[in-house]
Amino acid sequence: MDLPIYQEEAAPKSGGCSAGSCGSTDDQLGHLSDDIRKKVEDHPCYSEEAHHYFARMHVAVAPACNIQCHYCNRKYDCANESRPGVVSEVMTPDQAVKKTMAVAATIPQMTVLGIAGPGDPLANPERTFETFRQLSEKAPDIKLCVSTNGLALPAAVEELSKHNIDHVTITINCIDPDVGAQIYPWIYWENKRIYGREGAAILIEQQQKGLEMLKEKGILVKVNSVLIPGVNDQHLKEVSKVVKAKGAFLHNVMPLIAEAEHGTFYGVMGQRSPSPAELKELQDACEGDMNMMRHCRQCRADAVGLLGEDRGAEFTLDKIEQMDIDYDKAMEFRAEVRAGIQAELDAKRAEKAKVVPLEDSPRGRPVLMAVAAKGAVINVHFGHAKEFMVYEATYQGARFVGHRKTDSYCAGDETCGDGDSILDKTIKSLEGCEVVLCSKIGYEPWGNLEAAGIQPNGEHAMEPIEEAVMAVWNEMLAAGKLDAPVEAKKRA
Amino acid sequence: MALEIIESCVNCYACQPVCPNDAIYEAKPHFLINEDKCTECVGDFADAQCASICPIEGAILDELGVALNPPGSLTGIPPERWAAAQAEIQARGGSPL
Repeated sequence: MDLPIYQEEAAPKSGGCSAGSCGSTDDQLGHLSDDIRKKVEDHPCYSEEAHHYFARMHVAVAPACNIQCHYCNRKYDCANESRPGVVSEVMTPDQAVKKTMAVAATIPQMTVLGIAGPGDPLANPERTFETFRQLSEKAPDIKLCVSTNGLALPAAVEELSKHNIDHVTITINCIDPDVGAQIYPWIYWENKRIYGREGAAILIEQQQKGLEMLKEKGILVKVNSVLIPGVNDQHLKEVSKVVKAKGAFLHNVMPLIAEAEHGTFYGVMGQRSPSPAELKELQDACEGDMNMMRHCRQCRADAVGLLGEDRGAEFTLDKIEQMDIDYDKAMEFRAEVRAGIQAELDAKRAEKAKVVPLEDSPRGRPVLMAVAAKGAVINVHFGHAKEFMVYEATYQGARFVGHRKTDSYCAGDETCGDGDSILDKTIKSLEGCEVVLCSKIGYEPWGNLEAAGIQPNGEHAMEPIEEAVMAVWNEMLAAGKLDAPVEAKKRA
Repeated sequence: MALEIIESCVNCYACQPVCPNDAIYEAKPHFLINEDKCTECVGDFADAQCASICPIEGAILDELGVALNPPGSLTGIPPERWAAAQAEIQARGGSPL
């Protein structure tokens, strides 16, 4: 059997993701109870560590929606775009079940099946629950989860709890109807279209009620929020506090995606997206109150594979029709593969527990470094990187803080973007980073990066990310580059 | 008295389950309304249900051919702004929205 993801992504057995990603996961999920931790530690969307090893898939069985968001356009068919709400083919529950089992047999580390759209899963209750019902019976080794805008959530909680779903994601962009009126033009509620503030107030009430009811049932809740500069940026700090108090265990603040080409209200009206620095600032501000998720890749409603990749093209309806799946056999194999990954992760956690923190290190300033890697070692050529992971290095160690996409969201089409060369865009996307670590880099980008004040570094190829990041930080510290704040240094 | 779904429909299924008369059915290239069954929801609801949940401006017409959700009414994008954005994208060599 062909196991491409496992071979490519989980190959770095020696060294692995050392302290790095694992470290931030420990921080991220550290104060959860053992019970909750057990539920999320192999979920790629909830655990930063797990997302290097475990894959997820979405099935697009839920096309209908009961609200309109200003960042969404319901004419959602584009094969080249990767963003929420976009899919290529909507499936029936039977087709979705078949696809899920085909993927599970081909990609044994696929642990999670989610229904996320392209509309709202709970606005399509029959299609969504029929899919869950069949899967809990035929593929009991797959975790099920669902994301929703929350409007129909209170009415669905009872049914959700029957299907052994232990994770639900609610998108909550606001708790104030005045803010909501700037995000949601209308909702469909009790047989009426309700516009503006009044609609937003109902939506907010249902979201909060749904969150409380899920908590009551012991179902884990993650909250997604879209950061919209000038609309809800300051407000999200309050949202984070409130949802935490009501029992959400993780908060995922994502940047608004808005381009005129998408035909969304925000795109056409020129609403800007947040910069990576603004996103990080808000995530940092919320962090004191809440576990923040930083590795979200804002994937499509039909994505398949590890986060950041999409293997959906291998599992189109025609292709799965040709596959003959013996699921009992596949389940045995899946269990073996998962046990292998788990043993590897346990060994790494044990290794990490031995590391003594360096308390007496001199306190150089924090440095952001971009890393071109797939998995846990620096193994991607600068020019081949589709995204960079960003680490913040301090005297306490390296911490994963986010990722940067290097191209516009619509790949490979000259009509997208503003005409900047790809290299210029890439360099722009690395704003705020002082170093970029990659396996190799060409002569031209080297010069351009240096000119932009970013130091390229290819000396740590195939080394574990965190060790490399800290090695570079320590070199900078020894060279006296970390004494002054960045601003002062630039002016000098 | 019947409503009509036209080609701008994106086949999102939203209208089908909310119709009180079971008048809407899946078809190619888009959903259709059985005009013998459609009552425009008179007697059941204050507003036609399909047109109250449909996210696409102009996709549902009344019997006079008038859009129940005219341009700008659902997205909040003023039609002139939409036209300007279209023109700008085409000027850049992009395909129209």
